[in-house]
Amino acid sequence: MSDGVRRALLLVGLLGFAALFVWGVGGLPPAGEYKGPYGTMLNVSAGAERHVTDVVTAVNFDYRGADTMGEEFILFTSVLGAAVLLKHEEKKKESGEKEGTGDDESGEGPPDSEAMRAAALGLVGLIVTFGLYVVLHGQLTPGGGFQGGVLLATVPLMVYLAGDPKRFLRIAPEALVETAEAVGAATYVLIGAWALVKGGVFLQNVLPLGPSEAKVTSGGTIPAINFATGVEVAGGFVLLLTLFLQQMLDRAREKR
Amino acid sequence: MQAVLDHLPYYVAVWIFACGLYGVATSKNLVHLVICLAVLQSSTYVLLLAIGHRKGAIAPFFADRVVGTPATDPVVQALMLTDVVVEATVMALLLALAVQAHKSKGTLDPEKLRSLRG
Repeated sequence: MSDGVRRALLLVGLLGFAALFVWGVGGLPPAGEYKGPYGTMLNVSAGAERHVTDVVTAVNFDYRGADTMGEEFILFTSVLGAAVLLKHEEKKKESGEKEGTGDDESGEGPPDSEAMRAAALGLVGLIVTFGLYVVLHGQLTPGGGFQGGVLLATVPLMVYLAGDPKRFLRIAPEALVETAEAVGAATYVLIGAWALVKGGVFLQNVLPLGPSEAKVTSGGTIPAINFATGVEVAGGFVLLLTLFLQQMLDRAREKR
Repeated sequence: MQAVLDHLPYYVAVWIFACGLYGVATSKNLVHLVICLAVLQSSTYVLLLAIGHRKGAIAPFFADRVVGTPATDPVVQALMLTDVVVEATVMALLLALAVQAHKSKGTLDPEKLRSLRG
């Protein structure tokens, strides 16, 4: 298909879509006049029902916990897919030619800079603390396993910026990272299944809800699932970083 | 004019969507295509937040507020926040595909990748 034809087809489609969209939006209430009963009800009742103050996390890991599990497994499978795609190549190369151990590090790391090193190392402690805080306080203040997990995953990246790829691979060994991701995903399902053992429905909140004034320990299964998600997300993201980093190292080696 | 202003967030969302779709349809580079897909998808965030928005309401967190204060819809926010993270990994998967495509065919132009030709 030529470029012109494609653009013309796209234009026709977009114009049709625009017409339908304008017509459809015309029937909606103005933005900012939300009237949905479900969200309103949750905002009022979630605090008393689950001893939490962050309703978004309560929705994610309790009221709509099964949906979040689906999302989690999208994350899990896409990380798995990326791992399969990028590792397949690696295996082929290893069997084909046994190359040197690659001890020479020139050209593989980020540009050498003292300022970068100082800043990155200074940030490591801060990010670990903040990441754990965000994961653990998910049911109380904005945050949770997804956000905190991503924050924690940037820690090895800081180490990479401060040093060299080898150090990154040493503090975040692939086996550990893969295990963390898998264990996080499995724990989510197991907590859900535990409710079945206790005679409830899947992902029902069966653990004691803890102090009603909403502390770190309150929320029943919510903080538990939250933490499992944090572990999975952090593991998944570090695994992705590792995979792409290894691609880069391979390329640097090929060039030499 | 008032009709447009009343629904402005919805139009912003659809504009981002159209920009992303245009990029995807006319892309000459797989990496560019993946980024365009991310732009396209981020329109759903604007749409979801717009649906749950309520004028003058607080965010649905009651750590330092009285329960019962009018707040925005927590459900759409929950949908969105999981999606932000999941989208990043899906992008990584697509970029991994692009890496493989480049390795096997030596090009990132969708037109030149024979297996993608429709």
